[in-house]
Amino acid sequence: MGESIVVTSGKGGVGKTTTSANIGTALALIGKKVCLIDTDIGLRNLDVLMGLENRIVYDIVDVIEEQCRVDQALIRDKRCEELYLLPAAQTKDKSAITSNQLRRLIADLRDQFDYIIIDCPAGIESGFQHAIAGADKAIVVTTPEHTAVRDADRVIGLLEKERIATPKLIINRFRKQLVKDGGILDVEEVVSILSVDLLGVIPDDEQVIRAGNAGEPTVWNSGSFAGKAYRNVARRIMGEMVPLLVQEKEPNMIGKMKKWLGFA
Amino acid sequence: MAKVVKPSVLIKGTKDGLLFFLDDNLPFSIVLNELKHKLLHENASHIWNGPDMRVQIKLGKRQITRREEQDMREIFSFRKNLHVHTLESDGVPYLLDPPRKMEMLTGTVRSGQVLTHRGDLLLLGDVNPGGCVQSTGSIFVLGALRGLAHAGSDGDETVIIAASIFRPTQLRIHNIISRPPDEWKESENHMRFAYIVKDQIAVDKMSHLSHIRPEMEWKELSRRFG
Repeated sequence: MGESIVVTSGKGGVGKTTTSANIGTALALIGKKVCLIDTDIGLRNLDVLMGLENRIVYDIVDVIEEQCRVDQALIRDKRCEELYLLPAAQTKDKSAITSNQLRRLIADLRDQFDYIIIDCPAGIESGFQHAIAGADKAIVVTTPEHTAVRDADRVIGLLEKERIATPKLIINRFRKQLVKDGGILDVEEVVSILSVDLLGVIPDDEQVIRAGNAGEPTVWNSGSFAGKAYRNVARRIMGEMVPLLVQEKEPNMIGKMKKWLGFA
Repeated sequence: MAKVVKPSVLIKGTKDGLLFFLDDNLPFSIVLNELKHKLLHENASHIWNGPDMRVQIKLGKRQITRREEQDMREIFSFRKNLHVHTLESDGVPYLLDPPRKMEMLTGTVRSGQVLTHRGDLLLLGDVNPGGCVQSTGSIFVLGALRGLAHAGSDGDETVIIAASIFRPTQLRIHNIISRPPDEWKESENHMRFAYIVKDQIAVDKMSHLSHIRPEMEWKELSRRFG
């Protein structure tokens, strides 16, 4: 019996889709059978990040409207045998599905997969309501900014109202340097405001953007700090105790020289 | 010839102790003066220095305030062997202003959530930015107040708002709205509270509350009649 986890944030652009793709891939790399579901109907992105856009024949709306079987719409990942994607429809909108339909679909997928990762659209309207309908657990993604934390707080409130087990928190795009000069919130501050368990802190890493544009999640890159952080998150999801490390790229030689000379 | 006046304080001895009947027609201050006279009078002192005695006080139809009760208990406290056991009014609670009941709730009030309440509220938890707590009475937050608190929403101007970590985005008492100054720092470690003074919301250290609301202050019984 698989577990369904919704990845949500309220605010857009904090990294829900990137997080879904990376956690899903990391779990699959550990050997779990994973299904990624993109519920952002009309603005699908997850397939692009996974580099699977050109393989889409059927999508989630086709499955729900019974135009095809589920296994026809599931796309197997390029590299990972145990990773599948159920893409969103691009030509429809959020009203094409209902909460109950999605709940039934996820119930069907539970038998085949260990983990079902649901990528939620931004906002708290119908798209969000549908996405959380079939979820057992929730991961809330935020960045260390007031706007994102505010929206994450609102979303946690809504998740608690829907009686989804206590959401877990991922702080994305964390920059140690900016915390030191007070430019952004520190991890402790974010956790104390939101008062939920922290699942991981993902350092800001340009590798994530490069990897996303190349269509392969950054967890494949063993040298990436963000990738390592995502792999740790995946292990924590499976119940392992992994110490929290906030690592960042060491400054390069010129950066070190500048610092040494007092320019940076 | 002195006019025969019915004494305002009547004392009867029973096997259970002493019954004090306090006249309910005269002003309470006069009754208390008489009581003081009877208990503290030099000539009477030998009567009172006996074994421990239970005292039951009958107030008739009168109801008294907490303040009046406190004053009366202070008078009795001068005689160590007298223990005030019960206070009674005929058919009604003896206190004119029964103590306001405070309700205790727990949980976080998150962004977009509104907690409405009647009466005084003790919240064990945080109020996050974008969250709102509204109450007809006072609001006490044992946690961080980072959102909006609206006390006295029915028009009570005597209420206060207090929090362990006092970082509200906005404060409202009755119909007065105030925004805390921007220069507040989280590091300020005094617990603070907000109240209305001259139609404005003021914020002060908790230790100053007893000066601002002396009627709420607790007091140790003094021996000032000794």
